[in-house]
Amino acid sequence: MVGPRLTTNAHYGLRDWLSQRVTAVVITLYTLLCVAIAFVAAPNGGLGYDGWRALFASNAFRVVTFLFLVAVYYHAWVGVRNILMDYVKPTGIRFVLQTLVICALVAYTGWGVQILWGMR
Amino acid sequence: MASAPRPVDKPRPVYLNLFAIRQPIPAVVSILHRASGALLFLVGLPLGLWALQTSLASPEGYAGLGAFFTHPLVRFGVVILLWAYLHHLFAGVRHVLSDLHIGLDLVGARRTAAIALVLGILLTAAIGVKLW
Repeated sequence: MVGPRLTTNAHYGLRDWLSQRVTAVVITLYTLLCVAIAFVAAPNGGLGYDGWRALFASNAFRVVTFLFLVAVYYHAWVGVRNILMDYVKPTGIRFVLQTLVICALVAYTGWGVQILWGMR
Repeated sequence: MASAPRPVDKPRPVYLNLFAIRQPIPAVVSILHRASGALLFLVGLPLGLWALQTSLASPEGYAGLGAFFTHPLVRFGVVILLWAYLHHLFAGVRHVLSDLHIGLDLVGARRTAAIALVLGILLTAAIGVKLW
């Protein structure tokens, strides 16, 4: 049974369950891509600074990395909110903590854009 | 309808000291999934972004980061974060398998939990040895 609806609760639906799995698949695929790159680069003694820069100079890799980061942020939001819903009972404190988590993740999004597209 | 007093209506000791109960292995994997996720959000995420930024900024930054990661305490932290990432990954795959009704019976659930736990630790150890 669904109890009284709290503003700080989840949305009682399929959406969070599904988005947690979709983002997990994106994260896993990006992880496998990075493992593959590491394996290809390993025989030549790794990428080194120049190879590392060249990898992130590619716009395709920037876009894929940005997709990975956004998936991580959304995944983290669903997970951290679950933890807060389980352990932080007072609605006010939970609301403040959830707001802080959202602020951090939005800030991280901006930071990621700055890192990927601001590199000289 | 009058109900007769049932055993559960009697006051009884409620003893739920989680540290005094021997947890079954799926419970261990589950709480570590949660703990590793919290660790990755609180430490892994900002540290990862900072490391990415520093490594891309300049050759000095790249070299400095390499030197930073040779410090024993930093290495210990990186190994913990690496384990958190891998354990979270394998416990997550186990979740998806459960969604697909794979490993739902007691024996299967214990087996997949043990596999996720051992894979996370072994792969962390293998990568740790390979890196250093």
